[in-house]
Amino acid sequence: MPSRILRKRRLIPGQTTELVIEAPHIAAKAKPGNFVILRVWEDGERIPLTIADADPEAGTITLVYLIMGKTTAHLDTLEAGDDIRDLCGPLGRPTEIHKLAGPVICVGGGTGIAAMHHIAKGHHLAGNHVVTIIGARCEELLLFRDELCSFCPEVLISTNDGSCGRQGFVTDLLVERLTEDKTVAEVVAIGPVPMMRAVAEATKPFGVKTTVSLNSIMVDGIGMCGACRVTVGGETRFACVDGPEFDGHLVDFAGLAARLTSFKEQERVSYEEFKKSHVCQCSK
Amino acid sequence: MSANAPSKKAKAPRTAMPEQDPKVRARNFEEVALGYTEEMALAEAARCLQCKKPACRKGCPVEIDIPGFIKQVAARDHDAAYAVLRATNSLPAVCGRVCPQETQCEGSCIVGKKGEPVAIGRLERFVADTYLAKSACETVTGGPACAMARDDLKVACIGSGPSSLTCAGYLAARGIPVTVFEALHEVGGVLVYGIPEFRLPKAVVRQEVEAMKALGVEFRPNWVGGKTITVPELLESGYDAVFIGVGAGLPRFLGIPGENLIGVFSANEYLTRVNLGRAYKFPATDTPTFPASHVVVFGGGNVAMDAARTAMRLGAEKVSLAYRRTEHEMPCRLEELHHAKEEGLEILCLNAPLEFIGDENGRLKQIVMQRMMLGEPDQSGRCAPVACQGDTCVLTAEMAIVAVGTGANPLISQTTPGLETYRRGYIVADDATGETSIRNVFAGGDIVTGAATVISAMGAGRRAAKAIAERLLGAAAADPPQAEPADDSADM
Ligand SMILES: Cc1cc2nc3c(=O)[nH]c(=O)nc-3n(C[C@H](O)[C@H](O)[C@H](O)COP(=O)(O)OP(=O)(O)OC[C@H]3O[C@@H](n4cnc5c(N)ncnc54)[C@H](O)[C@@H]3O)c2cc1C
Ligand SMILES: Cc1cc2nc3c(=O)[nH]c(=O)nc-3n(C[C@H](O)[C@H](O)[C@H](O)COP(=O)(O)OP(=O)(O)OC[C@H]3O[C@@H](n4cnc5c(N)ncnc54)[C@H](O)[C@@H]3O)c2cc1C
Ligand code: SF4
Ligand code: SF4
Ligand code: FES
Repeated sequence: MPSRILRKRRLIPGQTTELVIEAPHIAAKAKPGNFVILRVWEDGERIPLTIADADPEAGTITLVYLIMGKTTAHLDTLEAGDDIRDLCGPLGRPTEIHKLAGPVICVGGGTGIAAMHHIAKGHHLAGNHVVTIIGARCEELLLFRDELCSFCPEVLISTNDGSCGRQGFVTDLLVERLTEDKTVAEVVAIGPVPMMRAVAEATKPFGVKTTVSLNSIMVDGIGMCGACRVTVGGETRFACVDGPEFDGHLVDFAGLAARLTSFKEQERVSYEEFKKSHVCQCSK
Repeated sequence: MSANAPSKKAKAPRTAMPEQDPKVRARNFEEVALGYTEEMALAEAARCLQCKKPACRKGCPVEIDIPGFIKQVAARDHDAAYAVLRATNSLPAVCGRVCPQETQCEGSCIVGKKGEPVAIGRLERFVADTYLAKSACETVTGGPACAMARDDLKVACIGSGPSSLTCAGYLAARGIPVTVFEALHEVGGVLVYGIPEFRLPKAVVRQEVEAMKALGVEFRPNWVGGKTITVPELLESGYDAVFIGVGAGLPRFLGIPGENLIGVFSANEYLTRVNLGRAYKFPATDTPTFPASHVVVFGGGNVAMDAARTAMRLGAEKVSLAYRRTEHEMPCRLEELHHAKEEGLEILCLNAPLEFIGDENGRLKQIVMQRMMLGEPDQSGRCAPVACQGDTCVLTAEMAIVAVGTGANPLISQTTPGLETYRRGYIVADDATGETSIRNVFAGGDIVTGAATVISAMGAGRRAAKAIAERLLGAAAADPPQAEPADDSADM
């Protein structure tokens, strides 16, 4: 049963796209932190994408993806009205959200901001005081800013080039906030591995619970292959069923980063073949 | 019967099945065994003594009327032969290929006592392949129509491996609508994601699945039991019964240092990439594996053998299979070991891994091995491997594939309150009916027994289906008149 794309929005032309997809059975169940696995065509690869938003009434889910290689580029050739061949979910354990004694700081970097958005919203609906910190290279790459501003009492911004908010990294803002405010109950970080690692290192001296969402390579997404395994607190865990969220202070980020390069050469070949056979429409 | 006296027939040698040349096939994914021609099938069928009390039948977990179908082969009535097979086996084309016949039907064949047994599996395959795309409904039910006689009923099967497919096929043939929910994008369970193309072409599985669709079975791929929909939700939404056939797919690892290096795969991951993801056609397909000149596989079962033979076909210069005990103790089928050796597999017996060593990029480069010797027999009755202290060596390898067994995936039990499981997570089910601790919820196959065989999973699916049909339709209606041979009381 293919799933229809209802709306498509190019958030950052040629780079990041948002899709709203008709998938009532997934929307009914999707919680912040869940992800889906999709395939674009008959011989396509299964790739995981976080559910950035879900509307059970409308029966839709929202995905936001960064064009990284063959599969995301291929996905980006689909338009509203087209079908996604295979869509499976919701997968993974949802974020643990309950009423906290103090504020929760949600940190998002790059495309991770979209995934973080769903979690921030969940915390907001649970009655928590949500502080979001988002960062990107420059202002044009900041995603979901308006959406976050619509419900978060505080949205702190950093850009590497200083074109918006503070010049620097999200960790600078985070450390400042943690220094000023000793009541922070939890920090959630989603983004590139180096960013999550930096966040976990930054919060460690403060002893604040820190949750990160790991994006390891996945195949089945239901615990049957072990491709997604990560080392957490010295133990092997499967990100797809035990996670994807883990205690950031226990994660072996170096191991995760290495495993993400497993198929680098094959991915390059695959993407190049694809570019040869498809006319790029990214900047349309 | 024919003019030949039984004693003469038995002396005729077993008809060989043509195979691809080992050197050629070790580099391609085409089927190794090519199947009988009609002439060969006739010659082989003539070897069967048509025993009055066929021993072979007792050796088959679903008690196929073996002399019955062989008789039809000899009479060249392939449709009739197929109907006999389908009366107790919903996946004959699969079983004819992957059953461990040497320990089952053929292992019990009387002709085998003095010579080589009748090649029952090869004949079964021949019949199923020959039957091809004819109307499955007609043959299975004995009638042209398979109208959904009971659209007031519905049954859900979770998972689409042989246990669920059999359960669904049995119920559908009795007019009960069935929906099969499968987590992956393709239907067939281990038959599509585990067992490689060169041993069981996917087209064969697809054909069997198409036959089920013709019977009215509805398939919903990309539905994860316990996630997209839970067992209690299925019951609430009006399913009269649920069959859980989710297999035992949770991969075990070795628990030694370096296991998370790049290049160390579980057999499940490696085989899923290649079979389900068709990585053997990369980059025409998108799912990658990477080439490795030396591959070491750990384990001694069918899964290890499939992984090793797959690695060969993906271009490895050398593939070694390391096993803790000796060839005698290997649980794989003899035929597989024989085929693999012909294709050039190196067997490193009495060897166990101690540690994986990586390079500066986190990629596997070496494996430290421990020499073993055989000690006293353990609980399994096999001699326990014991380390020869201090006797270690180092292998170079860019890829290691771990095939040391699988366990129960907890997704279903975690989301089904009241579902009883054993300590290791396998579901508790009644031996005779497959019913679990929850009424109207049944389970069967590897998720109950632990990793076993295709045919035993099918047997479990059939038993459960029978119990479900009896409950929903009443005992009389569960067994339609033509499903079993008239003299048969030993239904599975
Ligand atoms: C739980 C989870 C949630 C994710 N959510 C999002 C999201 O919301 N938005 C987003 O843009 N990205 C997300 N990702 C990452 C996304 O899956 C990868 O970017 C995507 O698979 C790249 O595929 P590709 O073919 O386009 O690129 P490729 O060229 O194949 O790969 C680019 C890089 O992506 C990673 N990757 C490749 N294949 C896989 C795979 N099968 N599974 C996971 N990672 C892979 C590797 O690090 C690789 O180097 C998520 C990953 C995980 C595990
Ligand atoms: C590589 C390999 C080679 C083998 N070779 C042989 C052989 O030669 N001969 C032989 O007799 N046996 C062989 N076996 C064993 C045999 O395949 C299994 O015993 C048999 O397939 C078990 O059938 P099953 O119905 O229990 O489940 P499986 O075949 O394991 O199927 C289970 C299905 O359920 C799906 N699933 C899992 N969880 C969920 C969920 N939560 N929701 C929905 N779906 C779910 C899975 O994706 C899978 O498709 C082999 C096994 C492997 C792995
Ligand atoms: S189903 Fe398997 S065991 Fe039974 S007759 Fe066929 S090959 Fe033999
Ligand atoms: S035991 Fe052997 S010879 Fe006798 S009926 Fe069975 S296959 Fe034929
Ligand atoms: S993706 Fe296969 S076990 Fe997690």
